[in-house]
Amino acid sequence: MSMLRTPSGGRIDRTRALRFTFDGRLMQGHQGDTLASALIANGVHLMGRSFKYHRPRGPISAGAEEPNALVTVTRSGRSTPNLRATQIELYEGLAALSQNRWPALDFDIGAINGLISPFLGAGFYYKTFMGPKALGSNWAWTKIYEPVIRAAAGLGRAPEGPDLDRYANRFAHCDVLVIGGGDAGLTAALEASADGKASVILCDEQAEFGGWLLNSDGAWLGETLATLASRPNVRMLRRTQAFGYFAQNFVALQERLTDHLADLPEGTPRERLWQVRAGEVILATGAIERPLAFPDNDRPGIMLAGAAETYATRYGVRPGTRAAIFTACDSAYGAALALKAAGVEIAAIVDIRLKPDPALAAQALEAGIAVHSGTVITGTTGGKRVSHITIGKLQPDASVRGADQLACDFVAMSGGWVPSVHLFSQSRGKLRWDETLNAYVPNITAPGQKQRSVGACAGAFSAEMRGAFNGATPVPGDPAKVKAFVDFQNDVTARDIRLATREGMHSVEHVKRFTTTGMATDQGKTSNMNALGIVSEALGKSLPEVGLTTFRQPYTPVTFGLFAGQARGDLFDPVRKTPIHNWAVAQGAAFEDVGQWKRAHYFPQKGEDIHAATNRECRLVRGTVGIFDASTLGKIELVGPDAAEFLERVYVNNWKNLGVGRCRYGILLNEAGFVIDDGVIARLAPDRFHITTTTGGAARVFAMFEDYLQTEWPDLKVWQTSITEQYAVIAVQGPKARAVLAPLVEGINLASEAFPHMAIREGRICGVETRLFRVSFSGELGFEVNVPASQGRAVWEAIHAEAIKQGGGAYGTEAMHVLRAEKGFIIVGQETDGTMTPDDVGLGWAIGKAKTDFIGKRGLMRPDLMAAGRKQLVGLQTLDPKVVPEEGAQITAEANPAPGTAALGHVTSSYWSETCGRSIALAVIANGRARVGEVLHIPMPGGAIAVTVVAPVFYDPKGERLNG
Amino acid sequence: MLLIHCPYCDSNRPETEFRNAGAAHILRPSDPATTSDAEWAEFLYLRENPKGTIAERWRHVHGCGRFFNAIRDTVSDDFAVTYRAGEPRPGTTP
Amino acid sequence: MAKTLMAEPPKSKPRLPNDAIAWITAAPPLARFIFRGSPEAEAAAGSAYGLAFPKALNRAASIGERGKPGARVALRIGPDELLLIVPIAEGKAVQTALETATAAHPHSLVDISDRHTGFALEGPHAADLINAGCPLDLDERAFPVGMVTRTLLHKAEIVLWRMGPTLFRVEVWRSFAPYVEALLEEAAHDFL
Repeated sequence: MSMLRTPSGGRIDRTRALRFTFDGRLMQGHQGDTLASALIANGVHLMGRSFKYHRPRGPISAGAEEPNALVTVTRSGRSTPNLRATQIELYEGLAALSQNRWPALDFDIGAINGLISPFLGAGFYYKTFMGPKALGSNWAWTKIYEPVIRAAAGLGRAPEGPDLDRYANRFAHCDVLVIGGGDAGLTAALEASADGKASVILCDEQAEFGGWLLNSDGAWLGETLATLASRPNVRMLRRTQAFGYFAQNFVALQERLTDHLADLPEGTPRERLWQVRAGEVILATGAIERPLAFPDNDRPGIMLAGAAETYATRYGVRPGTRAAIFTACDSAYGAALALKAAGVEIAAIVDIRLKPDPALAAQALEAGIAVHSGTVITGTTGGKRVSHITIGKLQPDASVRGADQLACDFVAMSGGWVPSVHLFSQSRGKLRWDETLNAYVPNITAPGQKQRSVGACAGAFSAEMRGAFNGATPVPGDPAKVKAFVDFQNDVTARDIRLATREGMHSVEHVKRFTTTGMATDQGKTSNMNALGIVSEALGKSLPEVGLTTFRQPYTPVTFGLFAGQARGDLFDPVRKTPIHNWAVAQGAAFEDVGQWKRAHYFPQKGEDIHAATNRECRLVRGTVGIFDASTLGKIELVGPDAAEFLERVYVNNWKNLGVGRCRYGILLNEAGFVIDDGVIARLAPDRFHITTTTGGAARVFAMFEDYLQTEWPDLKVWQTSITEQYAVIAVQGPKARAVLAPLVEGINLASEAFPHMAIREGRICGVETRLFRVSFSGELGFEVNVPASQGRAVWEAIHAEAIKQGGGAYGTEAMHVLRAEKGFIIVGQETDGTMTPDDVGLGWAIGKAKTDFIGKRGLMRPDLMAAGRKQLVGLQTLDPKVVPEEGAQITAEANPAPGTAALGHVTSSYWSETCGRSIALAVIANGRARVGEVLHIPMPGGAIAVTVVAPVFYDPKGERLNG
Repeated sequence: MLLIHCPYCDSNRPETEFRNAGAAHILRPSDPATTSDAEWAEFLYLRENPKGTIAERWRHVHGCGRFFNAIRDTVSDDFAVTYRAGEPRPGTTP
Repeated sequence: MAKTLMAEPPKSKPRLPNDAIAWITAAPPLARFIFRGSPEAEAAAGSAYGLAFPKALNRAASIGERGKPGARVALRIGPDELLLIVPIAEGKAVQTALETATAAHPHSLVDISDRHTGFALEGPHAADLINAGCPLDLDERAFPVGMVTRTLLHKAEIVLWRMGPTLFRVEVWRSFAPYVEALLEEAAHDFL
């Protein structure tokens, strides 16, 4: 056992030795150790290098507030950076690496930053890296400075591979959530759960409940934990950090499930996110000790007095053999006695206060400990570990005299205690400055947050927590010549903060950003009060006048995995598949994402790329027959005596005159008059319509209809129901479409006279009930077969078999797009962009001219919507038929327009048309219809593409092919 | 995650079940044809953007499906009250 | 009502790693309707249905056993919106009976048998599994047996009906069903 271990006591299991490595060096600790306590037991205090100056650093704390001892833990393909060694529970085989050093922790080239540190002061980044203006304001930063600085400064390396772990999520509700399992929290949990009814969640970030009680051997802790465990209404969460406190008593907890285990259980989540809604929140988050900002206060071996005591009593490890105590608080006396009892020699207690409590001083003297009151540490020496301190006496004129040296191998310091008000502050509670405690304490609870703070976090300090000091301790000579660290993690010194105030940063928010104090991953848990003290002194304002920066979530850093939870990979977002999807997969289809839907993009046959496949599929439809899965189309069944009246009011078209069994192409506008959706609507009965919408617009259109029905026209007797997923939709398009369906359909006469274009019939196909539409989005004779989704695949296969017999086959969305573009059929969202009227896209004919009102009618009458020169849908033919312009490309009158020339419009759709044997494009162009015949240009990086404006129909302009 | 009281379900439900639907108490003119361009533009586009309480519409889209109105504080996000569509804004005479 | 051309075999349990957590049982093919209409239409429909529709929002009424002859379910998922579920073989007859009974009252009855798939989630951790992705309070005091509501499970809308302290039925739009079931199976790892 290590020489530094105490002979007995503490929470470690001395019978269970654990091996671990730090930077590859094999060491031993015990079950119950943290990585920090185990390293200290091995005589290692140097655990990392500081962020900016690469100064050697060791832990100053024994808990979550740790700014220095950040390490990377690697295990079975995993690598987690920036973990606090003070919180990492030791397990057999743990492998930890120090960070921010090169080539090695104890020989680090970056430490040269420390030698040039006079040039790296506060605001250095802002002031220095302004490169030559000619190269652009940001050139030097992005090309030179930032890469160099990033290589030299920083924290651990982000892992590069995917996260191998699983993360769980749990929404929970409770009557009382107690945060913090120390004395106060346990007492609160006992009380809250006593009636056996109130559901209570108690959480604590440590491996064991107890907080400070773990430093002593009282029986109350064990009894209390047993009582709480026996109550079924209490849920106890260890290793669980409450990291965010949001509105309406909503608190986020991070429960660490496996990081402490030597063997990772198969399949078990690594962490669990609890999203707790609590009737009442009881904050029992305790207090954090503040460091003292004295010269060279950052050498390894210098730590908080409470932490030193914790290492000695809870972890059974002496932080060193000879300690100097530097304090402004009574509690360090207790720490000194505890360390002494643990076998540590105490060089002296150096108390900044002129008159420490005489009883405490007497107690110390009795234990053989020298007490120097009115005394400060004025410097420290030691390379990778503190070896000596220098002390000086405070004079009545506030100067410091004397330079006695004391040998020690660690320093325990205490600037007093600060209530942990972070979560209270996150909950938007208002703080109050407490003169006695020299700290902020909770004052006014935010509206809607039923909560209270208890114990030390409420400022209810025990007697021995008396005494505090904020700011930098006095030094002999020029305070600008010493490095007294305030924010250890961001390497901010007292001098930096004074510099900031001299340079005009008088708001604490400005000081924070200028110096970066409090902006590191520890969010200034140990530095805020000292920073405020220095600002207060420099500005000659009282500390409450200086103000306080905001505490933000998360309290401690949280893994990305926890936030992602289950939403990873295939579960990131719902992947919606049609009933025919698996058939398409089996055929080797390529898919494209359309919103959450997977749609068959094309069906490549041997050796075909997308172009070859699409060309072939277009030939099938134009030549014989193609079948297409249109199941994703939005569908709404509208029923009620006022159904036609409702359609009259929402769509631009006439509906009351639509006969039963007939269909009409509907155009939907918003109130502003712009096209937002379109689709075929069929009348199944006088009071029943089958509406189709675009795939992407389905939910939006349904919500819009519901809005008007509920809030504008609640008197209408009509109701809608989404039937998007009720039906699989199979489009059968091409001259042989009728021949394909004929053998399968029962009860429907497919002949043109009986079943004209834009009609609907109900009957059976393959024995299944169908709503059969005669519609065409290809310009060919076409039908759309609607069958219940569960039958979709089987009906599709039957239709496909017939199509094969006719020399046809399946086609995908790419061919569908080409075919409709050849006919000039628009796609809402492609030809329209939210600023196009029906007339702009050539659909003015659809508007019911005699209607007094419909959604968008008044909008269409606004002057700008009726003005000449609006963009209009046209076709484009490139002069070189082989060139396919890019969609979105701008169109100009000249081939080489002067910079700043406004475009006339842009290309909305552009394809190779196998049918036409040339490229075709649709575009919207100012005054486009009057420009038919003009030659315009599409300026591109490789030279302008000349195009002729044509009518937006490239194939069968008379529509004769619809008749088959 | 905020809780919003649905006046139809009469219970507090998580905000993810709801969608905001813009300002409340803006009536669609019964005969839009008679409105001036300025009036119509106001109906379409001009909305209050107060710092403080605002009356707005919400829909319990992943719940009962109903649109309703709410008085919300734009600074604190606090929902003072929610009420059914068609009911007057609390504190005003219908 | 669709005749079953291709039967979808019910998924066999257990779908989750461990029966001690919960298990998923796929519903047999069922006939489903959305009924929306005036209170008079509802009353008339309820008589014809053989089961009075629940008056209160987010409440369920049911008789019989799922898929068995005579079984009737009425779930009020909106103030004027009822989800009716009956055995598939009785769908057509129920549809006709309801239309006949309500002919005098404006209403809408729409067949959505295939819009949804349904499954039961049962077991000691059923509520916990749902709470992995659903923020509702599923304590029986807040979500008692007989309560039903549309809600969200992660990003998918579901209809959640508590039939017993540890028994839920979930109705979900067909294309979201694989996502929902996969999420529940993934969540089950939290209880291993």
